Amino acid sequence: MNTYRADLHIHTVLSPCGDLEMSPVNILDAAKKQNIQIIGICDHNTTLQCEVIQKIAGKYDIMVLPGAEVTSREEVHCLSFFPDTDSLNNFQQYLELHIPHIPNDIDKFGYQLVVDEKENICLNYPWLLISGIDQTVDQISRKVHSLGGIFIPAHIDRPKYSLISQLGFIPPDIEADAFEISRHTTTEAMVHLAPWLKNKTFIRSSDAHYLQDIGRNFSQFHMYERSFIEIKKALNNEDGRKVTL
Amino acid sequence: MTIKEIAKELNLNVFCGREGLENKVTGGYVSDLLSDVMGNSEAGQAWITLQSHRNVAAIASLRELSGIILVKNNEPDEAMAKQAEEEGIPVLGTPLSAYEITGKLFQLLQG
Repeated sequence: MNTYRADLHIHTVLSPCGDLEMSPVNILDAAKKQNIQIIGICDHNTTLQCEVIQKIAGKYDIMVLPGAEVTSREEVHCLSFFPDTDSLNNFQQYLELHIPHIPNDIDKFGYQLVVDEKENICLNYPWLLISGIDQTVDQISRKVHSLGGIFIPAHIDRPKYSLISQLGFIPPDIEADAFEISRHTTTEAMVHLAPWLKNKTFIRSSDAHYLQDIGRNFSQFHMYERSFIEIKKALNNEDGRKVTL
Repeated sequence: MTIKEIAKELNLNVFCGREGLENKVTGGYVSDLLSDVMGNSEAGQAWITLQSHRNVAAIASLRELSGIILVKNNEPDEAMAKQAEEEGIPVLGTPLSAYEITGKLFQLLQG
């Protein structure tokens, strides 16, 4: 069994709130410097920057988990990751179908750019990505799982955009592979608050919007190799694989 | 005033939780943040919101609220309807916005 350092919550220049320095190459450089071996790319409500980062990550010996941080109808942030290009593209179509068509005001919210490996701008995404999509947490979780993906409610202890802030408490029957907590709390504190999370996996990640934040928080995955299946098993505590903080 | 009387006066649909229609309404609370309602609402208030997650019914019951009014044509989802039915929390609905229905409810309760 091996141990890998994973930071599964990283934004790019495509998120309006992501710094302009968060280009594919810069993110990989920063992750390498921090000795992070698995990164999750999750921009707000879009997966469009994942492909380029995946394409060049091999050179860095970094595994990229492609996905998005989806904002539900209740304005709960949820990390969603996908096993392959087909499922990722399918989920991108789902996001496009459900995102409200509110134009992004660059002056107020910031740029939403897809860039290539040479940092050329490929797309200026038109709709404001930080809106809530027209789907509930449960609908999103069902969609992600129907595509074989991984569903992780983000920073559940935070006072904004979290399961707890938006829904008052963690719904006991929510179908999640794991829960992300911030550095301000502990697994024990969360289980005390919601005893039904006792056997669940918790992860910590950086939620980086700036290069210097990458790897600030990370989780350790204990598993045989870096693959989507192994990661999903570790999150679900299966076959001896597990995640520790 | 009871929830039933308010439903009649303000033309509200009754979706579920009829068992609680005789609950007395002592005031209102307007919020879409469930953590806020959990911390700050008071027993007897009618809760005006656009959220239709099942936790809405659970929190209304926990805080002993008199009922839930869903705005802008929102309807309880299946899980919320089931929970509201079990807890006997009346769930009502209106096409009006939170601003409009709150104004009307305020006037009605003041009058």
